[in-house]
Amino acid sequence: MITLNVNGKEQQLDVSDDMPILWALRDVMHLTGTKFGCGMAQCGACTVHLDGQPTRACITPVSAAAGKKIVTIEDVQNDKVGQAVQAAWSEIDVVQCGYCQSGQIMAATALLTTNQAPTDADIDAAMSGNICRCGTYPRIRAAIHAAATKLA
Amino acid sequence: MNSPLNISRRTFLKASALVVGGLVIAFSIPTAKRFLMPGAAPDNAGAAAAKLPEPNAFLRIGTDNTITVMLAHSEMGQSIWTTLPMLIAEELDADWSKIKVEHAAAAPAYVHTAYGIQITGGSSTTWSEFDRYRQAGALTRQLLIGAAAEKLGVAAETLKTENGFVISGDTKVSYGELTEIAAKLATPKAVVLKDPKDWKVIGKATKRLDGPEKINGTAVFGQDIHFDGLMTAMVARSPVFGGTVKSFDASATKQIQGVRNVVQVPTGVAVIADHYWAAKQGRDALKVEWDLGPNANLDSAVMLTEYSALASKPGLVAAQLGDSKAELAKATKSIEAEYALPYLAHSPMEPLNCSVRIEKDACEIWTGTQMQGTDQQAAAKILGLKPEQVKIHTLFLGGGFGRRANPAADFVSEAVQVAKAAGVPVKTVWSREDDVHGGYYRPMYVHKAKIGLDANGAPAAWEQVTVGQSIMLGTPFEAFMIKNGVDATSVEGIADSPYLKGIPNYHVSLHTVKATIPVLWWRSVGHSHSAFVMESLIDELAHAANKDPLDYRRELLKAHPRHLAALNLAAEKAEWSKPLPKGVYRGIAVHESFGSFVAQVAEVSVNQGAVKVHRMVCAIDCGLAVNPDSLKAQMESSISFGLGAALQSEITFKEGKVQQSNFHDYLVMRMQDMPKVDVHIVPSTEKMGGVGEPGLPPVAPAVTNAIFAATGKRIRQLPIGSQLA
Repeated sequence: MITLNVNGKEQQLDVSDDMPILWALRDVMHLTGTKFGCGMAQCGACTVHLDGQPTRACITPVSAAAGKKIVTIEDVQNDKVGQAVQAAWSEIDVVQCGYCQSGQIMAATALLTTNQAPTDADIDAAMSGNICRCGTYPRIRAAIHAAATKLA
Repeated sequence: MNSPLNISRRTFLKASALVVGGLVIAFSIPTAKRFLMPGAAPDNAGAAAAKLPEPNAFLRIGTDNTITVMLAHSEMGQSIWTTLPMLIAEELDADWSKIKVEHAAAAPAYVHTAYGIQITGGSSTTWSEFDRYRQAGALTRQLLIGAAAEKLGVAAETLKTENGFVISGDTKVSYGELTEIAAKLATPKAVVLKDPKDWKVIGKATKRLDGPEKINGTAVFGQDIHFDGLMTAMVARSPVFGGTVKSFDASATKQIQGVRNVVQVPTGVAVIADHYWAAKQGRDALKVEWDLGPNANLDSAVMLTEYSALASKPGLVAAQLGDSKAELAKATKSIEAEYALPYLAHSPMEPLNCSVRIEKDACEIWTGTQMQGTDQQAAAKILGLKPEQVKIHTLFLGGGFGRRANPAADFVSEAVQVAKAAGVPVKTVWSREDDVHGGYYRPMYVHKAKIGLDANGAPAAWEQVTVGQSIMLGTPFEAFMIKNGVDATSVEGIADSPYLKGIPNYHVSLHTVKATIPVLWWRSVGHSHSAFVMESLIDELAHAANKDPLDYRRELLKAHPRHLAALNLAAEKAEWSKPLPKGVYRGIAVHESFGSFVAQVAEVSVNQGAVKVHRMVCAIDCGLAVNPDSLKAQMESSISFGLGAALQSEITFKEGKVQQSNFHDYLVMRMQDMPKVDVHIVPSTEKMGGVGEPGLPPVAPAVTNAIFAATGKRIRQLPIGSQLA
């Protein structure tokens, strides 16, 4: 048994310590907004916040989340920055297939939380771990700048 | 456009009451109007529409005013979830905020209006549905007006419609209030479509209807399906294509907590578990002895040498005119060049998956697919069921790019086999490694060309040999797409090139290599290799003729106004003749595919061998742009997809095995690599083309032509990789 704090709620899960957070979220708690893309921290589709830090849930075991707070896409609208990011995503109509976008939004929210006015280079550095095969990158960049302006 | 369409001749439409209240509209096209492909589902669309089973509707209006549009095609990013409803909303004068969208079931009524099977592909959804969906909207509007006339006791001619209401003077009646009466009215014999000058929705940039759910994580992809009793399966497949299981030892697998069963299936050994993590650990612990079969020594570097040797002699003729040999012999100047392109994986972000529940005389399948009908038939065959006993639920596709349209129905068939063998409902999940190793690649190609120039520097003789696998061979499309041994998709963009049309002597031929590597269409199909070769060759010729690459193309394409329009707009917006910052160079390319014409200018610098693409300027003529913003998004998308392939992506084989496995070695575009993209739309009333793929073909040659301008080095092999280092 392990206790996870997900989106503000404590939950007891009967899973092995080495189970990645991703599968605890998706296959045990059925919170499927967080996506599986690569399983080796190469694509960022599984990005969640662990105590506010953008974290690849596919390689982070549940044991690493003990005593920490996990926030997923399902709850990011309750965060002021997350809300601004989602609004910008909507305004610029970023998504295409949409599969990577939960991870993109979580990564962008983490970036804007620590850096209120990211430059293009900052965006490159923070977002290049998140792959989008549909190539929504120009719109993601524009949306991050737009959200930063809104938050300023 | 304003003339009434005779419905009974063109289409078969039928209105009916919903059991739960409301109105459904179904329609289909008679067989005679179809372009049936071999292997297509038998046509019983008329009968199906007459019976009007619930999923056979294209449009449903609820008593609560919701308008549900059924999509005959799959949403995989290309935005048809929004574009097709726009067509209905336009003619129906619908309240856009009341529109809901659902993927249609697999059923004969939903077969492609041009291809005769249920498929999302070939960049064809919008143009192929342009009439059908508008007619559904117009017919519904007509019925609602009839219903309002009856309800209000006024003449239909005095009524108008606006934003979900029928209006009579000061009286407004919502569509939902009229559905019951409308459902009892006789189906009109003809509908009048709006004059384009009256369009309010078509042609207007419209936000995606699937945006909100894809932003808040609630959108349901195949991967997200869950119901009680659904187990997760992973299949251990042969590390070499064509290999088979000799024996396996699952004792360690069965020790893993959460593993429930291990079963052999035709494609390998499946581990069935409570969740992905257990299935993966179980599969890692599985010991399988493989008979690797005839491909155990497969080596793509060796294949490349063999392809190159083959390319030295002509293959089967794909297009031919005059006497290219004689003309080449007397040419003032000639060039000879060999080009090569690798195997490519589609690698959509959502790894393949398919959930299956088998019951007595029935099977339900949940997946993201581009080819519901084919999948349905494959599942039915495996289970000994009738196709209509197999119900397919299409979920959002986390990318497709062609991989989820498989004539062999590979990932669906395998999931059905696993569920059948395991005797429980199963979701088969592929890992990223499974996806990269799983085949159905864009084939590897080699091209060899000899081109002779006349005294003015124009091509006078053109010989080209293409070598590669056929994606159509062995599929139900073979009889239709392969003529005299030539797979039309292997030479598209070459055999029908506008450049060749102006040359009196040419010879285009093809060697189809019978390799056992599974191959498939990959975004833009044959154009994904042919445009690179053709547009590079044209650049080589311009250089040989000592002419500006843009002027040279303009001269050769003067009889091709749509190519020219795209070319000129891209050049103008890129300010072709204006100098760029020091170290940055331009390249240009133009190509027609899927009925659309796209030109691109790449701005590139090369620094110590590293290629940086700064900006891509893109111009497209696709005829009418139904949703200009989603059209722009598709250009951005194709440019990203094309740049990944141009710069970095490749699948190679050594000792039978694929050498790449995940995104650390199957390299794709990332934020840091992505250039600025400017998209411009040629105002056009020409025939509609597609937009999902045509933005891709010119990408690689525009970039490599810019590299030539920057360095003098001609890139003739993709990916560019470290060739400049």
